[in-house]
This record gives sequence, structure tokens and C-alpha cells, in this order.
Amino acid sequence: MRVGVITFPGTLDDRDATRAVNVGGATAVALWHGDADLKNVDAVILPGGFSYGDYLRCGAISRFAPVMKLVIEAAGKGMPVLGICNGFQVLCESHLLPGALTRNSDLHFLCRDQEIEIVNNTTAWTNSFSAGEKITIPLKNGEGSFQCDDKTLAKLEDNGRVIARYVGKNPNGSRNLIAGITNQRGNVVGLMPHPEHAIDPLTGPTAQGLGFFTSILNAMVK
Amino acid sequence: MATIVVDVMLKPEILDPQGNAVASALPRLGFTFATSVRQGKRFEIVVDGEPTAAQLAEVEKAAEVLLSNPVIETYSVRVEN
Repeated sequence: MRVGVITFPGTLDDRDATRAVNVGGATAVALWHGDADLKNVDAVILPGGFSYGDYLRCGAISRFAPVMKLVIEAAGKGMPVLGICNGFQVLCESHLLPGALTRNSDLHFLCRDQEIEIVNNTTAWTNSFSAGEKITIPLKNGEGSFQCDDKTLAKLEDNGRVIARYVGKNPNGSRNLIAGITNQRGNVVGLMPHPEHAIDPLTGPTAQGLGFFTSILNAMVK
Repeated sequence: MATIVVDVMLKPEILDPQGNAVASALPRLGFTFATSVRQGKRFEIVVDGEPTAAQLAEVEKAAEVLLSNPVIETYSVRVEN
């Protein structure tokens, strides 16, 4: 199974995401923001970083990259898409996911190991976890505060579309401690913390992030 | 030449940590006038001659699609000479 990892100008975490995909058992395929071809991938990851320098708003320019037109079309047809950190911001700007990521409530750039709880383990990217499983993976961002209006929040909560929540003190002011959400269909997932940095205890706080990259294999087999 | 100005502000219900930081810095410098501060963005778009209605409509469209994120922000468009 082929999982595309998109590199935008300013993307940082494409190499770790590529490694995580390969360690998880799939084959990572490099995609470039200017590509008008998804190279027959079965799923796509938008990794973290500062695409287009975060100019205007995080993810605002990346949304209009040629490759994103294809990603938006494919996501609409059910292809699994995972956006991590900046990738999550791009998915929100693309309207594949509701809401927006804004400046951390205390204005500080955070870089820490963060405990999160997987609250929806039925999506294409979270099915390797058990419901309520707590994992610790890195969180590193300046604009990770998930915001949306009350109506959207109720819709997310009522339909089980929150996939992960921060455990303990709210690190960035996100509404309802939201660390990640999914679309109605469960194929598009956005996540603020970084599972791709936690796939090997040698280099990460845990190997508990790997579940996101093995989930996608289960999703394809089903 | 005319300048079309687009102001983009966070919606009132969206938390503005930058505005809050400015609001708390002001009294430290002896400026005690502010009860609240909101920070926004201003775009200055220069066009040849007086902007036509069609150009202004295009700018409105650009403001909605690119310059602002309607999920969290509002915008206003005006002409400055």
C-alpha cells in the first residue's frame, strides 16, 4: 500500500512522516506541492512544518497548491488523509475539516511531550488504538488552539468526530481540549501533536505514535 | 492610482492572545486608556485609476477566499485615495 507524503516549501516533518509510514508497514511515496499527480497513492499525509512560511495564515497559501486540488477531490471520494500540525491547519483552510487553528492562548511556542487520549478509534488513522487509550507524543506548535463556533463544536461532539483530546492542563486553549478531529466519513483526520516523532523509543518519548501509521493498513484491508 | 484597503479582524468571539498581550503591555508603559485591544491585519491593494465596481467585487471575493478565513475572521473593503 502506497502512502503519499506531501512536501510544501517550508515543510519540516516530511522525513519523519516518511520513516513512520515505512516503519508502520506501508510504502511512503514523496509528493511535491507543485505536482498535478498523486502517483497512485492509497492515502496521503500532510506533515508538519511552516509551509509557505506560515504567511498570511498557517496553511492559507498551501491550500491552493496544485497537489491540494487533487487531495481535496480524492478525500471527497473517501481516500484517507492525515494532516499533522501544519497539515491539520492546511486541512482546515481547505475546508476538509471544520474550525481553525489559532495562536496558542499563552502566545508561547510549545515543544513538549504531551499526553493525549484517543477518544475515537474508528477512523482510518486511529483504529489501531483502543478507545480511551492514552498515549504520549510530542506537541510542538505556536498556533495549535482549535477554535470553532458553538454549533460546529456541538456537531463535532455529538457525532463522535473528536478523535483525540489533551490530558491534563489545556496546553494551548483549544476548545474542549481538542487535539484532533475527523470528518463525517472518518477518512480525513487532523491532529495537532506529532505521532511521526514517536515511533521509536530511541528518538521519541515513546513508540506510541506508530498506531496512526498501522491504522491506515487496517483501514485498507477492511 | 487608488488604494483598496482590506481590513481583516478576528471575530469578536474568537480569543485574540496577541491583542490581550498588547492590552496588558500598555498599562506597564503608563498608557491606561484601553479597556481592551484587538489586533487585526490590513492589506493595501493598489490599482490603476479609480477602482471599478467589478474590481471591488473581485477584491471582495479575494478577501473572502484568501485574505480572510471566514471561520474565524471578518473583513471590510474600502477605497482610499
